[in-house]
Amino acid sequence: MTDKAPSSILTRRALVGSLGLAAGGLLTGCDALNANPGWRETLRLAETGNMVVQRAMLGREALAREYAPRDIGRSVPANGTRIPADSDYTRQAATGFADWTLAIDGLVEKPTRFALGQIRSMPRQTQITRHDCVEGWSAIGQWTGVNLSVLLDTVAVKPSARYLVFHCADTLRAGPYYESIDMIDARHPQTMMAWALNGELLPIGNGAPLRLRVERQLGYKHAKYVRRIEAVADYRLSYGGGGGYWEDAADYEWYAGI
Amino acid sequence: MTGMIATMDPADPVSSPAKAAEDPAHSHALTTRLWHWINLVCLVTLFMSGLMIFNAHPRLYWGEYGNRDEPAWLAIGAQGAQGYLAISGQRIDTTGVLGRYRDPDGTPRNRAFPGWATVPTDYNLADARHWHFFFAWIFSFGLLAFMVRSLFNGHIRKMIAMRRAEWRPQHLWSTVVDHVRLKFHSAPGEAYNPLQKLSYIAVIFIALPLMIVTGLAMSPGADAALHWPSMLFGGRQSARSLHFIIAFGLLGFLLVHVLLVLLHRPLTLLRGMTIGARR
Repeated sequence: MTDKAPSSILTRRALVGSLGLAAGGLLTGCDALNANPGWRETLRLAETGNMVVQRAMLGREALAREYAPRDIGRSVPANGTRIPADSDYTRQAATGFADWTLAIDGLVEKPTRFALGQIRSMPRQTQITRHDCVEGWSAIGQWTGVNLSVLLDTVAVKPSARYLVFHCADTLRAGPYYESIDMIDARHPQTMMAWALNGELLPIGNGAPLRLRVERQLGYKHAKYVRRIEAVADYRLSYGGGGGYWEDAADYEWYAGI
Repeated sequence: MTGMIATMDPADPVSSPAKAAEDPAHSHALTTRLWHWINLVCLVTLFMSGLMIFNAHPRLYWGEYGNRDEPAWLAIGAQGAQGYLAISGQRIDTTGVLGRYRDPDGTPRNRAFPGWATVPTDYNLADARHWHFFFAWIFSFGLLAFMVRSLFNGHIRKMIAMRRAEWRPQHLWSTVVDHVRLKFHSAPGEAYNPLQKLSYIAVIFIALPLMIVTGLAMSPGADAALHWPSMLFGGRQSARSLHFIIAFGLLGFLLVHVLLVLLHRPLTLLRGMTIGARR
């Protein structure tokens, strides 16, 4: 052992040095990879894996957990748009959304424009659920609205419709907000167009007067300020093709179950 | 927590060249070696992309929910030119590292974890999530394969399982004392001493699987499919806190592991974990 000592000290030093170099190289290497289209495609395989596995586990009917009134937190923080700047929206907000309508069109037999009052008088559904933001925070609130299936049955969605695109009244830096979901989530028993939160009419920060609740996915899928729902065969033909504002603007996952 | 160590005592028969080929710590099975390095890449990438994801909301809570309107048990942030880490309301000044740091070009940035610690370097939640989930799949299947393989090829039984005598407090204590004095040795015929065995058991069978389960507990989809992961930990935000704590525990393991390899016989041990046999 003793005759080996000097060389092994050198080796240790060399090892420590190369570890340091490796750490430095790792970061620049990761950033270079991160900009490589082929690598980004490879990383996106995980999204497909997440969706296939989660859909297999979930089936159509598995429900998001529901909570008791005592579990409701201090707030459901407003994220993204707090107040839409659109002049038509501002005018509508000033009159308590008296003239707000929700249009449902696209691949449907009976395209319809619903008045807000009409939607509020439809059979209502209330659920206390947890809103999970992609950023990592959560909030529990009580949502009241109309089950989306009730609206879809009224307009008679055609079998060729595979997705719903939600057109919103708010515009962010990269353009108007929108989202899309497939018919499995659209027909889920907890998916609704909500118009009340914690027993009050929906506050503006939370998407007044109508927002989507799609409980098994992250918050950015829950489009706020919805004024039009379009049934389409392929969401990739709408807007930037990603299926949602954040999907287009920042490359978020279209399937946001994780 | 200890590293990959065999024996240092020249008088120990296990370290004599004739027996070296049989010394299990010097010659790992191919599956062990493969998994070890794949797992290293996964854990480093998961850790660094995880820090970026944390940067999107650098606050931790206990319970089912938590957000900017609720009290956090841990928060990293910046106030003016000062970066801070707050644990249970106690603020520690961390300017330069946590909360606020300077870019290589000198620009100050308010960010929980600095660019040199995250993947990617610049703030990008979406990209960090792509990295995180991709490597999470490799990590999970790699761990599963390694566990199954180790149970069948005798790796667990021969190398990691604790013998009855090793549980004796006296024996454990003397191993701790030896470690503090940097005297590393295992009993003849044993690959690892009891401290090593306990840390490998804790990492492979407790900490790594907990990372997967706490991760799943944060997923709204997985939570709808299986309610038990988030309920097991007392809620989604508790699971997120545990995910963070265990990640730093694993970082601690990695650092001690590498340190002890360097203090012991780096080349021999590195050879054992790469080529597999000692020449």
